[in-house]
Amino acid sequence: MSDVRRAERATQARRTSATGPVVPAPTLQAVRAPRGWRKRGGGGRRGTEARVAPYLFVSPFFLIFAVFGLFPLLYTAWVSMHDWSLLSGNEGFVGLGNYQDLATDSQFWRALVNTMGIFVIATIPQLVLATLLAQALNHGLRARTFWRMSVLVPNVTSVAAVGIIFSLIFARDFGIVNWALDSVGIGAIDWQAHRWSSWLAISVMVDWRWTGYNALILLAALQSVPKELYEAARIDGASAWRQFWSITVPMLRPTLVFVTIVATIGGVQLFTEPLLFGSGVNAIAGGTTGQYQTVAMYLVQEAFTGQRFGYAATIAWVLFLLIGVVSAVNLLLLRRIRSAD
Amino acid sequence: MKTTRQLVGAAVLTLVTAAVAAGCGGSSGDDGDVTLRVNLFGKFGYEKAYEQFEKDHPGVKIVETAEGDLGKYNTKLSQQIAANGSAGDVVAIEEGQTVSFLAAADKFVNLQDAAGDTKDQWLPWVWDKATTADGKTTIGLGTDVGGLAMCYRRDLFEKAGLPTDRAELAKQWTTWDDFIEVGKKFQSGIKDDKVHFIDAATNNYNSILMQSGDYTYFDRDDELVVEENPAVKSSWDTAMKMIDADLSAKLVAFSDEWNAGFKNGSFATVACPAWMTAYITEQAGDAGKGLWDIATVPGGGGNWGGSWLGVPKSSKHQELAVELVEYLSGEEGQMLAYESAGRLPSLPALYDDPALTEDTNEYFSDAPTGQLFVAGASSLQPVYLGTKNVPVRDAVENAMRSVENGQRSAAKGWTTAVSDAEKAAR
Repeated sequence: MSDVRRAERATQARRTSATGPVVPAPTLQAVRAPRGWRKRGGGGRRGTEARVAPYLFVSPFFLIFAVFGLFPLLYTAWVSMHDWSLLSGNEGFVGLGNYQDLATDSQFWRALVNTMGIFVIATIPQLVLATLLAQALNHGLRARTFWRMSVLVPNVTSVAAVGIIFSLIFARDFGIVNWALDSVGIGAIDWQAHRWSSWLAISVMVDWRWTGYNALILLAALQSVPKELYEAARIDGASAWRQFWSITVPMLRPTLVFVTIVATIGGVQLFTEPLLFGSGVNAIAGGTTGQYQTVAMYLVQEAFTGQRFGYAATIAWVLFLLIGVVSAVNLLLLRRIRSAD
Repeated sequence: MKTTRQLVGAAVLTLVTAAVAAGCGGSSGDDGDVTLRVNLFGKFGYEKAYEQFEKDHPGVKIVETAEGDLGKYNTKLSQQIAANGSAGDVVAIEEGQTVSFLAAADKFVNLQDAAGDTKDQWLPWVWDKATTADGKTTIGLGTDVGGLAMCYRRDLFEKAGLPTDRAELAKQWTTWDDFIEVGKKFQSGIKDDKVHFIDAATNNYNSILMQSGDYTYFDRDDELVVEENPAVKSSWDTAMKMIDADLSAKLVAFSDEWNAGFKNGSFATVACPAWMTAYITEQAGDAGKGLWDIATVPGGGGNWGGSWLGVPKSSKHQELAVELVEYLSGEEGQMLAYESAGRLPSLPALYDDPALTEDTNEYFSDAPTGQLFVAGASSLQPVYLGTKNVPVRDAVENAMRSVENGQRSAAKGWTTAVSDAEKAAR
């Protein structure tokens, strides 16, 4: 026991230096470069320039963000307080009326449950798999680069192609999954007809695209874990599982936070996969009883089929707030990893 | 020295004049290079018509973009029209969307100025459908109409021990109840639970509904009457009979599985407007040649689909675009579209044209397609559709599919249809 504790203490001692190489390198350069420049210049005008210059250099991002990010965000908030038809425009101020309607809109709540359900059953296995995959890729495999690049292939495939292929794989009459289930005697499943089966199929689609991507990010983080930690732990007699749980996972925590937040943003906005899963007319309804309609799909349905732009803007804002809340919850949950060790 | 300078000056002047002249030419469309962008969905078969128009208007070049997915096309077009974006110089508006775009009639060029005096050349409902309620603005000129018939698989009918002759079948299914009886015979004769008589209840339900009155979900004051209009409930009930008799393959129209069903023979009949012949030919491929045939639709006539061409106000070449719309929706343009894509004209004057009346389709066992579809189109009575027709229709269809899939009872399905329709009509 005490051996293991010592290894953990070593882990903690190393943490500061271990995270070091990942972030600070560019930061240091960025800070040092202007300092040298100022010394050489010396003059007052140059001094002002040097003080202003960094802001000028970062300003394009903020200007573009203001035009394409902040303005649409605020404009959407404004539209959401109006009765606004897509084609005939503003039809009067309604204050928070749309938000009130949304709170009692059963279709919205159903879409929210679908979104969160698919998010949970897609993301948890995805992150577990990605971590294990990263661990595997970190070992001395033959043709290592080949394997590492291969896991990214699903991610660079167009989502439309993935959607079409998976909807054929899970097709009712001629799908390969049903063929396999049928041949082992379980019997075919109408994947789109039930809530659980449609969620599962969509989650498989999401995981197929994103597991490899996350594995590569986690792999990069794994490689920055100093080998000495493992050596120390091994000398102290820690098992492989104990090493993974007490060294690897805590060291991966910042990366896991990042990966989870990115997965949250994508998961809460999930749209294309469920849309392509139910091809044909009215696919935006997400199944005959809306069993796999996500919030983003409901948003688009309201805006373009229902032509209710104001109401769709309300959904957009609630979706935005929702991403913030879910991200915060995830952050809190992941914090527990540190306090666990 | 002086002469050199004069020479240079003259040269510059000439160049400037030439540039200005070229610029003017460009905008007037006489000899410059004007590009007209035509934005369509699916296959309209306009290639030859474009060639002719370009020949008649030197310097004009027509570029067509065609989106295969109608839903995607409608969404994109709505966005572009709502934002006054560049939707194209000529855009196609599908039947279901005309009511939505009439709400934004001010964003389209009013075609009454150009074509108002020739409005009688179209089927009357075709002109009305793209005209605002006050009759003052027309946003699109009709190109093709659906003209409903019933396509069926000869080979599957034969296998089920049913007649395969189109005249005989037309006699057997004059009403929808007859059609269901034929379906029951088919189902018991085919002895294969993977083959069904119809593709889905919804498409037939829509045919029935469009035959049963001059309005459907909305009355002429645009009030939702889904519950009050007896035509809606009786059409629904007829569709329920098809579901109860297990005639349906339960496939969503235009889904991958529905598409595959044409090839695999999952269903033996499909409601068939003129444009559907091209769709079936594409989906079923060469192997399907001669397997399909066409008979008249039960209940007499009907329409599914069809399109209008409009010119958004965002177009920079509105006059020329209007000219192109007039040409494409005129007799020559419509005949060329019929010949290359099977799109049935909306001009009754063409219905006596031998090119149409004597036309047969080899793929569909030499069925007299011209006659069949003309019969469907000309017996159709105009039906008023409300501004929120699309979301309401989607809601009712979806409730019907949930009954078809066994997710709801027929009674629960109907109450869901009504409540979802009320929500969609807000």
